[in-house]
Amino acid sequence: MRYSIFTLAKNAISGHRNWKPQWRDTPPKDGYDIVLVGGGGHGLATAYYLASRFGITNIAVVERGWIGGGNAGRNTTIIRSNYLHHGNEAFYELSMKLWEGLEQELNYNVMVSQRGVLNLYHSDAQRDAFARRGNAMIMHGAGAELLDSDGVRRLAPFLDFKNARFPIEGGLYHARGGTARHDAVVWGYARAASGLGVDIVQNCEVTGFLRDAGGAVTGVKTNRGSIAADKVGMCVAGNTSIVAGLARLRLPIESHVLQAFVTEGLKPVIPRVITFGAGHFYVSQSDKGGLVFGGDIDGYNTYAQRGNMPVVEDVCQGGMAIMPMIGKARVLRSWGGTVDMSMDGSPIIDATGIDGLYLNGGWCYGGFKATPASGLAFAHLLATQRSHDTATGFRLDRFERGAMLDEKGMGAQPNLH
Amino acid sequence: MRIVCPYCGERDAEEFVYRGDASPVRPEGEDGMLDYVYSRENLAGRIREHWYHASGCRNWIVVERDTRTHEIFDVVLAKGAAS
Repeated sequence: MRYSIFTLAKNAISGHRNWKPQWRDTPPKDGYDIVLVGGGGHGLATAYYLASRFGITNIAVVERGWIGGGNAGRNTTIIRSNYLHHGNEAFYELSMKLWEGLEQELNYNVMVSQRGVLNLYHSDAQRDAFARRGNAMIMHGAGAELLDSDGVRRLAPFLDFKNARFPIEGGLYHARGGTARHDAVVWGYARAASGLGVDIVQNCEVTGFLRDAGGAVTGVKTNRGSIAADKVGMCVAGNTSIVAGLARLRLPIESHVLQAFVTEGLKPVIPRVITFGAGHFYVSQSDKGGLVFGGDIDGYNTYAQRGNMPVVEDVCQGGMAIMPMIGKARVLRSWGGTVDMSMDGSPIIDATGIDGLYLNGGWCYGGFKATPASGLAFAHLLATQRSHDTATGFRLDRFERGAMLDEKGMGAQPNLH
Repeated sequence: MRIVCPYCGERDAEEFVYRGDASPVRPEGEDGMLDYVYSRENLAGRIREHWYHASGCRNWIVVERDTRTHEIFDVVLAKGAAS
């Protein structure tokens, strides 16, 4: 059913008792052209773009829990296109353009809010780096504006401009960035993909791969039986090493925890998304009123989906340092998500070297904003066997070629990215 | 998370800097260097890993820890520890 003012009126007349489920929850069939492992935003977006852009609809998305129950439900919902490097920015700008048209395309309200992203700087050197980044963004059509401290004051007068350690000298403003509703993104892609014939199979955990005599992957073994497939795509960031390990793949990825926090609901106080990178703190305010904030990863390998107190303290200190007014807001919840930290801080969208097995992972702490472009680029790879033009920098062999996409210049140390 | 440093005793994990999986061994020549620098087992379960007691005795230590629960089983000085 296409949603419109008329369907809303029709269902209102019948007391909203006749709405149909938005997507089909199906048992697995014996085989598909493509099986996607992982029913998060990336897996469902991949299925949607395979069906809508490449005409491949005999697809299953298999998910071990419920769709959107992993990192798609644990992120801080920020979308932005403010990267520096050539191999990154074109991809994230593609993602931003897809976000801008996503609600019309999916006929679904994913609550894209281009409220702007403001990165603060505190020194001449940081200003120069932001000027360079802003120029790269402008060259890719993303738009950027370098603000001085008066410019920042107009956007966010409540900041501590005279902070002794990090006085605010200005900021890089990315007006098209903002937030989107994470659950709605998952549901919107699921509904659109399901409508095009994609099977969504929940409570279906992949326990191994079917291999032929030559070693090629020919399907997946699951707790709901074996499913044959010409191609298998993994979209399981956070657990990529575990699933890839079922095919004995060793990858340049470590799993780490990223914590996030939300306060009780407040009246609107924080406009835009504000990042205080020097103090490891960023914040936005959700439509419900909660301040959604976070900082750095904890920095040690873990699959526990929970972090430790030092980072809680560090993040809250960062918030108090830069916007003391939030000190009286009470933290309602905190949680952790297991993220794939790749060795250069950039994602991997590529074939694996094993015939029939494809990889989408290594999203570090930035997978949510990439959801649309990740889906499109992975669909392109699965359908055509070639990398999407914007994703050629995300090849798996870049480590061997010395072509790392090291946005932060940190080297092969995942806990430093 | 609290780590019992063999030299200093039980301390908050905040005093330590994480290096990562202790199992990769630096090869003599170029062969295997790619794997050593970039590839990881990334196990969910018990792993042995290097930490550095930066705010304490400044010893490198090997911690055996479960990456699913953060439970720590064993801590020894890295110097002389089996890899």
